[in-house]
Amino acid sequence: MSGPSSYEPKTAFERWLDVRLPIIRMANDTALDFPTPKNLNYWWTFGGILAVCLVIQIASGVVLAMHYVPNAGLAFDSVEHIMRDVKHGWMIRFIHANGASMFFLAVYIHMARGLYYGSYKAPREVLWILGCVIYLLMMATAFMGYVLPWGQMSYYGAVVITNLFSAFDGVIPGLGTYITTLLWGGFSVDNPTLNRFFSLHYLLPFMIAGVVGLHIWALHVPGNNNPTGVDVKSKSDTVPFHPYYTVKDGFAIVLFFIPFAWFVFFAPEALGHADNYVKANPLATPAHIVPEWYFLPFYAILRSIPDKLMGVLAMFGAIAMLFAVPWLDRSPVRSMRYRPTARWFFAIFIVATIILGWCGGQLPDDVILPIGKSETGAPTGFTVVWLSRILAAYYFAYFGILWFLKNEKTLPVPETISAPVLAEKV
Amino acid sequence: MLRKALSAAAVLACLTFGGAASAAEHGHTLRPVTFSFDGPFGKFDRGSLQRGYKVYAEVCSSCHGMNLLSYRNLAQKGGPFFDEKYKNPNDNPYAKAIAAAIEVPDIDPDTGDAITRPATPADRFKDPYPNEPAARAGNGGALPPDLSVIAKAREGGAHYIYSLLTGYHEAPAGLTVAPGQYYDEYYKSDLSSAWKGPKDKVPPGGVLAMSFQLTPDRVAFDDGTPSSTDQEAKDVAAFLAWAAEPHAEERKETGLAVMIYLLIFAGITYLSYRRIWKNVAH
Amino acid sequence: MGESLNISPDHADDPSRRDFIHIAAIAAAGGGVVMTAWPFIDQMNPAEDTLALASIEFDFSKVVAGQQAVVKWRGKPVFVRHRTPAEIAKAQADDQADMKDPQPDSARVKEGKSEWLVLIGVCTHLGCVPNFGAGEYGGWFCPCHGSVYDTSGRIRQGPAPLNLAVPDYEFLSDTKVKIG
Repeated sequence: MSGPSSYEPKTAFERWLDVRLPIIRMANDTALDFPTPKNLNYWWTFGGILAVCLVIQIASGVVLAMHYVPNAGLAFDSVEHIMRDVKHGWMIRFIHANGASMFFLAVYIHMARGLYYGSYKAPREVLWILGCVIYLLMMATAFMGYVLPWGQMSYYGAVVITNLFSAFDGVIPGLGTYITTLLWGGFSVDNPTLNRFFSLHYLLPFMIAGVVGLHIWALHVPGNNNPTGVDVKSKSDTVPFHPYYTVKDGFAIVLFFIPFAWFVFFAPEALGHADNYVKANPLATPAHIVPEWYFLPFYAILRSIPDKLMGVLAMFGAIAMLFAVPWLDRSPVRSMRYRPTARWFFAIFIVATIILGWCGGQLPDDVILPIGKSETGAPTGFTVVWLSRILAAYYFAYFGILWFLKNEKTLPVPETISAPVLAEKV
Repeated sequence: MLRKALSAAAVLACLTFGGAASAAEHGHTLRPVTFSFDGPFGKFDRGSLQRGYKVYAEVCSSCHGMNLLSYRNLAQKGGPFFDEKYKNPNDNPYAKAIAAAIEVPDIDPDTGDAITRPATPADRFKDPYPNEPAARAGNGGALPPDLSVIAKAREGGAHYIYSLLTGYHEAPAGLTVAPGQYYDEYYKSDLSSAWKGPKDKVPPGGVLAMSFQLTPDRVAFDDGTPSSTDQEAKDVAAFLAWAAEPHAEERKETGLAVMIYLLIFAGITYLSYRRIWKNVAH
Repeated sequence: MGESLNISPDHADDPSRRDFIHIAAIAAAGGGVVMTAWPFIDQMNPAEDTLALASIEFDFSKVVAGQQAVVKWRGKPVFVRHRTPAEIAKAQADDQADMKDPQPDSARVKEGKSEWLVLIGVCTHLGCVPNFGAGEYGGWFCPCHGSVYDTSGRIRQGPAPLNLAVPDYEFLSDTKVKIG
């Protein structure tokens, strides 16, 4: 796919530059002439959308850092200073805060697309794993960013997540305590913690950008997967990236901006929590603490397991499964378009994950299906935590199911990308 | 087309899910009230903000500070006392007069003694107590929260504040209310430990250290609006909503322009896309 | 892949219409980028709270003749100098001297208040704070690059191009001045 370069320097300057730093050649071969399957659907536009999200987050974040003060005594007020006094500060902060949610929304769609169309399968395993690394970095960045306003949710979010590591006291006594003390820079979440979170929150996006560079590199070696999952066989299967996919991605990006702008300008707090407008108070926890929506499925898995260490391991394991999926799925067919059985399991997997997210936002002992009443008169029955357990079990089972679906009866796979396209036209 | 519809549905589902997940349970339905600033096109009602400030200044401010606001904020664009003639809020005579009537603590530059001086528009709202222990000591151990962002810090915002301020009444029989505590039907808390009755009939609301404040005619409104409990509560809730985000009106106005731009932009890009892909079978 | 780039799918179309829609899309994108860039640049301008502190009042009754007080205004020093009659006479006598930035002393003080000289204490060369009373003319001397100012704050020697600036100020009473 990444065959001979199609770039021909036109001017004397381009020829001069080309033998010294072939940067125009690289841009041409990766972003302009790059042969791209012509049947990519809108799910494929999320890669471009994510690149835009990263740029927006970095640009708005750099600007916010010009006004934000990473000090436990001043952080909350400095955020309000941005909201009240800095010119357009409210807009930039709301773009950054809601931008994080939009970033995760896009990354989940991007990942689901990869899972459905088998984009993790050979020869794209490294591409997929780099994507998982980006996702991990995103989670770390988002978590530390959420701590910065130093409200009640920020503070107790930091307390709960850092305390996950105390579970390692169950492996080697003292290990967990050692790790949490190291993370905090003290005996609790406090000013040193805030300072280091700010430093890392500023650093990690640039690491994400670096891994994104590798991700795109790894994409351009085998080239894009496509909805049929069939390899590109000839030139007639592809179109050059520009103008075909620049305009398609561009259109999708503008569409994506519409809900984005809706949140920023009309519902900027809809995805936040009222408690985060209360200054951090280490002496009193809010009644109901939940993470941001994009962590809720994992939070539900954590809470579904009654053992502290096992809960933490299950939560990390849920993410680790993604790294392993290229080898867990043994089917020779890439796209689930031709895998009728796997497709059903996939659909249930998506629904299960969304409901897990809902569970993560509820109190674990809330009763969903009341059956009776306890002696004190409180309703009993099927609770959120039990629903979480069933769904978490399915979450993990899905990856095992992929393993056993190796010989699933598949639909006829087209010879070439162009074949089904032509067939549909008839 | 089907695929597009599915994509749109998936995006919407995710958004709704995100919204639903963040909306914590309210427990008790708030009292119905309509504010002029509700919804994506709502604007603040200047008169209501002015009355609301008066309620804050004459009632709330004896216990609650608002230390994120300065007197100049009252006269900034969108604020209760904004005047076209004074683009710079620091020059607004009304804000100056409000500030000048308040003595704020300062240090004498010659002697270093603690003194007070009349406030300027640049000064923050004066805190009623010099520090937290003093605030607690003056209120039976409870800390009156700062009201700067209270409308954002409580689920339900201005609607919750309105309900809370008008929701005081006799505690239901069976509920233990300690001396210096008052029952409010809308105060968000869990009363199960103070409740003697059946566990599935725990009353809504909670007990708090603030007693009922907004008696009728407590504040005499300058514009002659009758000063009922309901009016006072509504106006102060509106004022606190404005104070929590003084740029909210500007935000919505900008948003409208941005949405119109994006819709046009999307249309043009779509046509451009169709034209480029016209002759490609895909 | 070179050829495929050159295949124009709109080959048969009216070129003006084709161009228009693509140009419109690119223009809309460019406009959007510019409109978005503005808040990101404008945020660096002074915030509302900074602007709110743009004027100060100063009671100069304790500044004795022959001394100056230094007040901080907008983060910069402002010199409030109580000049002696000898210093005023010297400054006025030099009005006709050869200077880089000629200005009579009377234009640098308020009428009837020539004993009070209010200056922004920032050297017009590269921004250092000149030392009081030093230098050949008894005015100020800038330690950074040797600019010498007289008792009217006019540049007499050294690299600075302009006289020390006079801020906007007014006398509120006989003892109080409002700067800014």
